[in-house]
Amino acid sequence: MSEEDKVSKNRFHGLWALTNRDLKKWYQNPIVFMIGIIQPILWLALLGKAMNIGAMFSSTSIPPLPQQLAATLTSQQLQGLGAYFSGLQSTIMTSTFNTGDYFSFMAMGMVAFVTVFTTAFVGMSVVWDRRLGFMNKVLSTPVARSVIITSKVISASIRSVFQAGIVTVIAYLLGLKLGANFTVFSIFGVFAIVFLIGFGLSSLFTAITLRTTRMETPQAIFNLVTLPLMFASSAYFPINLMPDWLKPIAYANPISYTIDAVRRLMVFSDGFGPLPLDFAYVGIFAVVVTLICVVLSWRYLNK
Amino acid sequence: MSENEEAIKVEGLTKVYNHSLTAVDHINFSVKHGEIFGFLGPNGAGKTTTISMLITVTKPTEGKASILGGDISKQSMTVRSSIGVVPQEYTADEDLTGYENIILCADLYGIPHSVSKKRAMELLELVELTAFKDKRVQTYSGGMRRRLELACGLINRPKVLFLDEPTLGLDVQTRAATWNYVKMLKKEFGMTLFLTTHYLEEADALCDRIAIIDHGKIVVIGSPTELKDSLGGDIITLSIQKDEDITELISKIEHVKEVKKENGSYMIKSSNGELTAPLIIEALRKSGHVVTKLSLTKPTLNEVYLQYTGKSMRDAEESRESVMQQRMAMRRARQ
Repeated sequence: MSEEDKVSKNRFHGLWALTNRDLKKWYQNPIVFMIGIIQPILWLALLGKAMNIGAMFSSTSIPPLPQQLAATLTSQQLQGLGAYFSGLQSTIMTSTFNTGDYFSFMAMGMVAFVTVFTTAFVGMSVVWDRRLGFMNKVLSTPVARSVIITSKVISASIRSVFQAGIVTVIAYLLGLKLGANFTVFSIFGVFAIVFLIGFGLSSLFTAITLRTTRMETPQAIFNLVTLPLMFASSAYFPINLMPDWLKPIAYANPISYTIDAVRRLMVFSDGFGPLPLDFAYVGIFAVVVTLICVVLSWRYLNK
Repeated sequence: MSENEEAIKVEGLTKVYNHSLTAVDHINFSVKHGEIFGFLGPNGAGKTTTISMLITVTKPTEGKASILGGDISKQSMTVRSSIGVVPQEYTADEDLTGYENIILCADLYGIPHSVSKKRAMELLELVELTAFKDKRVQTYSGGMRRRLELACGLINRPKVLFLDEPTLGLDVQTRAATWNYVKMLKKEFGMTLFLTTHYLEEADALCDRIAIIDHGKIVVIGSPTELKDSLGGDIITLSIQKDEDITELISKIEHVKEVKKENGSYMIKSSNGELTAPLIIEALRKSGHVVTKLSLTKPTLNEVYLQYTGKSMRDAEESRESVMQQRMAMRRARQ
């Protein structure tokens, strides 16, 4: 066999070529790239800052004592009560959100939020490839079916990590209060958990769209799935204060574990606690969903 | 692999969609090494499904086929490595440049960059796209896209090349140019070519052998000449001055197969029109007749096609055009 005829015997050949193709569509397209940066800014600056939950417990929100009650108290007692109420805000905030600042709590939930949005696009890209014939061409080349799917998943995961990084930087600029747990390594921890959840979610969205040739289907599914994924999680509100029927759903939701891990690494101050559990849960979710997706691709990627 | 083995061998190949729609129904044929084999048929006859099965994208429901000795179901990876595919659609990635697209194709075949970079330049030269190699495919014209598809299909130096409607939607010049490339490929690389087209005159000029498929079944197979001959040969239409019956006289002439009198003129079927026509004139002159009109019609694949499918190719073409329009609309939507 001459030098000219050498071909790779690697079973995963073409993986990076296909991944890079998807990534190029993103980073070589300035508009898509910029929107990916602007969108989290809007979410954080508008929603994140608008939900100023801490203000609900400030002294201006609490009505003054009724005149008759105040008259019965000594000035010392009044001073004590004043001190109690002024400390109420940080007490309630810390016991509810585990951090005194709701913006910091929610900004870290937003890291998971952008991951859901970013990975949802992978479903669209599978459908586009099918409709424009690119998928058919790839299927007629000696590339493993699993490689075609994995390349989509990897590129979405890389995008998710980048977006998560952007959200973190913007949140910091907008006043994120880092917790006592934070070290430089926390950032790598965040990237790792986002990569894992990105892997799992993009496998999920890919699996859903494997057989689809219509554009409307993934959009409808995406709208249906993202809402419960986001709100039945700890993204905006702590799970232990949710109604009992909602708790099991939120506890089963891998997004909750991702968000918990990100918050523990970045904004909480009470140690890492269940961090290994978070990683294990999200990791197992990613592996299981990816395996299911690959198995489905063997059967369904063909016509 | 022995030399006399067929490049493509298809036995009882069948595809049934959803347990009810039989797209391809127990077809049998074989393609010899170095042959240009044309697959004709109306829309929905099973052409694309057949190609799709042969290039291992669609799994057959029944039957088997082998390419260069490799079974399309059991040895699909081997088959994929040894074939090239130029699909009906423009499959190149519009956001990448022509060069990047070819390199991407090479990567999909596992060809190392040390080889593929050189080969990509050669192929761009071959399809005359070198000047546009760093332009995004978005900016390419239909003809350029088609040539790029061709280059991508050749990157792995395939022994068998599949072309699905390679000239669909192209203007006359680009169509001619595309077929020139195809002829050159056969000559230079000794490739076996399997193509579908619905431009019958092109199939006639280009293909060594043709199969016509309708309702999932192959209705006839043979060289263009054989197929045309099967219709009964050339048709000579003739009128004479006097109203006399000359049927008897003409029937005796060499190559004449059939004589019919219709509306005062004679329809003569001949296996060799060019030879027969002068003989007829000569014979009639000797017997004192004056020929007033004579025309010679060679049967084209059009007649063959109509004979076997009972459909005009025009209908199929129009609905294909509407499919193309949909595709183009989608393409615009994406940009």
